[in-house]
Amino acid sequence: MASLKELSKRTEGLVGGHRACAGCAASTAIRQILLAAGDKPTVTGICTGCMEVVTTIFPYTAWNVNLVHNAFENSAATVSGMEAAYRALKRKGKIDAEIQFIAFGGDGGTYDIGLQSLSGAIERRHKMLYVCYDNEAYMNTGYQRSSATPYCAHTTTSPAGTKIPGKPQKRKDLTEIIIAHEPAYAAQATPGYYMDLIRKVEKALAADGPSFINVLSPCVPGWGYPLDQTMNISKLAVETLFWPIYEWQDGKYKINIKPREPKPLVDFLKLQARFRHLLKPGNEHLLEELQAEVNRRWEVLLRKEQATNG
Amino acid sequence: MKTIAKTGNEAMAYAMKQINPDVVAAYPITPATEIVQIFSNYVADGEVDTEFVAVESEHSALSACVGASLAGGRVMTSTASQGLALMHEILYIAAGNRLPIVIALVNRSLSAPINIHCDHSDTMGSREAGWMQLYCANSQEAYDSLIIALKVAEQTAVPAIVSTDAFIISHAMERLEVLEDEEVQRFIGEYKPRFSALDLENPKTFGPLDLQDYFFEHKRAQIDDFSKVLGTYNKVAQEYAELSGRYYPALEEYKTDDADVAIFTAGSTADTAKEVVDGLREQGRKMGLVRMRMWRPLPVEEIKAALGKFKAVAVMDRSDTMADFGGPVFLETRGILYDAKKKPLLTDYVYGLGGRNIDISDILRVYDEIEQVVKQGKIDKLITYLGVRGEE
Repeated sequence: MASLKELSKRTEGLVGGHRACAGCAASTAIRQILLAAGDKPTVTGICTGCMEVVTTIFPYTAWNVNLVHNAFENSAATVSGMEAAYRALKRKGKIDAEIQFIAFGGDGGTYDIGLQSLSGAIERRHKMLYVCYDNEAYMNTGYQRSSATPYCAHTTTSPAGTKIPGKPQKRKDLTEIIIAHEPAYAAQATPGYYMDLIRKVEKALAADGPSFINVLSPCVPGWGYPLDQTMNISKLAVETLFWPIYEWQDGKYKINIKPREPKPLVDFLKLQARFRHLLKPGNEHLLEELQAEVNRRWEVLLRKEQATNG
Repeated sequence: MKTIAKTGNEAMAYAMKQINPDVVAAYPITPATEIVQIFSNYVADGEVDTEFVAVESEHSALSACVGASLAGGRVMTSTASQGLALMHEILYIAAGNRLPIVIALVNRSLSAPINIHCDHSDTMGSREAGWMQLYCANSQEAYDSLIIALKVAEQTAVPAIVSTDAFIISHAMERLEVLEDEEVQRFIGEYKPRFSALDLENPKTFGPLDLQDYFFEHKRAQIDDFSKVLGTYNKVAQEYAELSGRYYPALEEYKTDDADVAIFTAGSTADTAKEVVDGLREQGRKMGLVRMRMWRPLPVEEIKAALGKFKAVAVMDRSDTMADFGGPVFLETRGILYDAKKKPLLTDYVYGLGGRNIDISDILRVYDEIEQVVKQGKIDKLITYLGVRGEE
């Protein structure tokens, strides 16, 4: 695995000057991922969304690697086509280089509108890494709910009103859906644990087949927290078991961080405006439900790890 | 040159085999399924070098084609009807990125009601997407047109749709003259992409966000390039004629020299109408046919010159615009003739929707009626829905 010192010497794949919000975790994650990939030729694709919009405003680009943007719901299919052309051209001797492919999408482009495209690309076993930068809502259009939005979170289409306390449904477990495809590698990560993310990118790109990393990416305006708290919140998501970081390969689960004493979920929630209504008197039962759900999912994950490493 | 028997679908798949693209990403749909199926056999038997990507939808088919084309590959796909509708969003993206992708298409009606048979509503619904459109009258033409279209597309960086009529052409066995593989390869030449997303020396961002300050210039440049398609087509069609002995103009005229009236139509119906014209000529009636083959870009001057010489023309449209003003060929032809020095009386017959059969007697009726228009010197009924119950 590349050390921090080695990483610091590599050419940045995503450079500064783009127009992401201050404190944006997604842009930090992409920068880390491209650094991790950076010792080999890398070609990327991206869904329409925050990261595409803020990094590619013509005539500028923040990308030092080839980037293809097609539409909102199809970066998996698009990159799968690039990878197919690469194999054809390589076979004909028109390309020599060993190229690795990475597709990016937000939770809108991945959990929702692009899920079919992603499922198809993984099933067809294209050798590519798909990264979801999951900021838990449609942030590009202004904080609308997605199927990644957690239970009770306030968004502009699941507002915390006087009758309905935010999103009425639980979040979809996309990582498990992808694991059901039996890819070459799958993981959850978050940029607060950056060496973990970098190690996972290296593993994913080395795997012989499709790989997937779901990166929880806190969003300053969407989640509503001070912009210097991004990495803290990213870590708190792991320390409260809200976002377990784990990986799956060859049928085996491995949980990468098991907090000895998990922090209460409220430590994570109370920093964010999207959950503010839950702290009001009378909503204690919702907090309890959320905590119970996090605990239940953690127990399930522990059992999966145990069952697959027997 | 050898002669074989092929259906329209087989002919198109055979042309694709001889073109031997780098990538074909496709999804089966009636009545174009066979094209994908036959091509899969070529892949399985090692007769082509193509990476065949069996995607999970037409949306992903064209999305993967866009990725493959941006990566510098020669790329083709096949679809029909709902499949083209599902591709609609990506049609514009492929054209806007100047990717010379070619679609072997079978024209089929659009749902609802669902129906698998021929009309032209699918491609007519994609007229503004920035793709060249060629409507073929038979299997031979479909085979030849795919080869011509690929070369035109690659020279102009404009993608192309080549279409046949569902079942009438796609599933009908016809005599087909084909070129040798090497002849096709020599004709299309090696594909040299203008750019590639796999060019590691010169990393670029493809498909960036383009706002009020630049979008319009980029669109204008695309429109400008599109206007060069007809000229390139004429040149390539001529080259192809020299190679094969078969010439396909963008607009075909049949027995029009001394004709007073003509039908203006497309596809297999035009071939049927030629039979009718032959019969009418035997009776000494001065009637001709104009066949539209290229409908994007519009061969404006050719249409003006061809139709301007008649006293009356009946357009036969195999789709409707839902504009309460007939079909798209009629509407656009009226626009083209607006400033023509000489223009005919123009009527529209919308026919054959959902595969409703069109036979010689239907076409004869249209000729009879258009002859009446000339005699009266005026049009009684501007738009007729031909052969519909309760309409007559």
